[in-house]
Amino acid sequence: MHKYILRRLLLLIPVMFGVSFVVFTIMFFTPGDPAKILLGERAPEAEVQALRTQMGLDDPYLVQFGRFIFNALRGDLGRSLTTRRPAAQELWARFPATLQLAAAGVLVAVLMGIPIGIISATKQYSLFDGFSMVLALIGVSMPNFWQGIMMVLLFSIVLRWFPSSGYGTFRHLIMPALTIGTSSAATITRMTRSSMLEVVRQDYIRTARAKGLSERVVINRHALKNALIPIVTVIGLQFGYLLGGAVLTETIFSWPGVGRLMVDAIRQRDYTVVQGGVLLLALTFSIVNLLVDILYAYIDPRIKAQYK
Amino acid sequence: MKTEADNMVAPTGEQAPNTRKSRSQWAEVWRRLRRNRMAMLGLVIILIIFFTAIFAEVIAPYDYRTQNLMRVADPPSREHLLGTDDLGRDILSRIIFGARVSLQVGFVAVSISLIVGGTLGALAGYYGGNLDNVVMRFMDVLLAIPSILLAIAIVSAFGGGLINVMIAVGIATIPVYARIVKASVISIKEQEFVEAARAVGARDSRIIIKHILPNSLAPIIVQGTLGVAIAILSAAGLSFIGLGIEPPTPEWGAMLSSGRHLIRRAPHVATFPGIAIMITIFALNLLGDGLRDALDPRLKQ
Repeated sequence: MHKYILRRLLLLIPVMFGVSFVVFTIMFFTPGDPAKILLGERAPEAEVQALRTQMGLDDPYLVQFGRFIFNALRGDLGRSLTTRRPAAQELWARFPATLQLAAAGVLVAVLMGIPIGIISATKQYSLFDGFSMVLALIGVSMPNFWQGIMMVLLFSIVLRWFPSSGYGTFRHLIMPALTIGTSSAATITRMTRSSMLEVVRQDYIRTARAKGLSERVVINRHALKNALIPIVTVIGLQFGYLLGGAVLTETIFSWPGVGRLMVDAIRQRDYTVVQGGVLLLALTFSIVNLLVDILYAYIDPRIKAQYK
Repeated sequence: MKTEADNMVAPTGEQAPNTRKSRSQWAEVWRRLRRNRMAMLGLVIILIIFFTAIFAEVIAPYDYRTQNLMRVADPPSREHLLGTDDLGRDILSRIIFGARVSLQVGFVAVSISLIVGGTLGALAGYYGGNLDNVVMRFMDVLLAIPSILLAIAIVSAFGGGLINVMIAVGIATIPVYARIVKASVISIKEQEFVEAARAVGARDSRIIIKHILPNSLAPIIVQGTLGVAIAILSAAGLSFIGLGIEPPTPEWGAMLSSGRHLIRRAPHVATFPGIAIMITIFALNLLGDGLRDALDPRLKQ
């Protein structure tokens, strides 16, 4: 098991190297001169050229990429082109807010999705099942930025229950978490239902029922445990979706996370921060996927046995 | 001469039973799909949206560019059924013209990822070995970046606009199609009819295009349908943060974004474009689910 975890950790290195390569390349071929952005459009040409030399912007592509990787490994993602502070420092300061939002979103999704999915599966074709499946389909179809705006309209402007923006207290977290988590909740509901329906058809469930076990034990102990593997996969993938969705949700609620920082950075053509932000979120996503894979082994002893 | 000979051979040769069989197979899929009321509802809605997009000039009550600064952010009324936006433009007309943009983005983006991802996946699956390794490791790298972030990075580097949004959204979902196509190519390439084609000396390209791809269409069609929905949502999201399609082109996400600041005074400006997006995505999801059940009857019992 430890060997497996170690191997997966080592595999992170080439993937992150590849991600850095892709992101660096996209930003490298971006029109626009970082030296000019730093100094302003009206700076004298000689000054711009001096800064270009100093920043190494005239070096060949591969030299620049090598330097970027070397610096990134030491936690240096370059300087923000607008604030001139280290980009890593700016991103790191905003990172907890994004993690908090994404985690709250996953929590919303799991707490809503799994129970509703189980009930739907155990009462297939009932009124509850039909109703929750239509709701789940609407949940998947709703653009989350629109949902966020509608929630602000209803809960902040009309009912005055929650603040429309801001950060810090639990009351500030509720609407952003619901906004970011709804579509994942819907996806998890659908996945749980279909996975449970698949499992309850298996022979060992019939055996469990034949032994005279109560329906509750059959569902909770025998069916759910086996249905959980595809559900956990979906939860892991949803986390990545949530990290991406954070960009939109943070914009709506003025949530001080990495996503909003990146949107502001894009508007100001601060490519260093955009580049660093994509890297940070991709690394987080990869680590979460690694954790999910390790979690499998604990849920499913068959997988664990493979990596002994 | 040659075409004539082909025509002569076709009805009696090996071609005929083959086409008849595949036609009845698709007829069977269509029959199953038709019985699924939710899927048919989705299909009808999508056809209506298509119709709206094609005949936008005829259907829309106003031009989507006409501004009326005397009637800024008016609520719905008899003249403007869905009200007017921050520049006094008719929202209904803009939503109707916006259907054109959204459908274009959705289908072109999916075509891009399907063509590139499908080709890569087919080659990786068919040849295996080093090619497979290189291609799929690169796909792993792209998959490690949440797709909307990758699209944001591409658009922020190369600028917004319809074409760039299509390309960005398309590139971001390439790995999904590469994986699906690769998986089905692997499951098919060892089967006897492929062996037979190889034995009669068919070239690799012919085997892949003529024999393997038609047999792996089912998962591609399902993912493609759902993919159009995802592409439309992503494009609207990009426009919402100001990275997508530029004004005055009516794009649902951009319309929503411009209505956001009016949410207290004129909530209808942000509400209606969102409903348009939701109905479109809802219909595509219904159809995609229905296609999945119709194409793979084993899943539904």
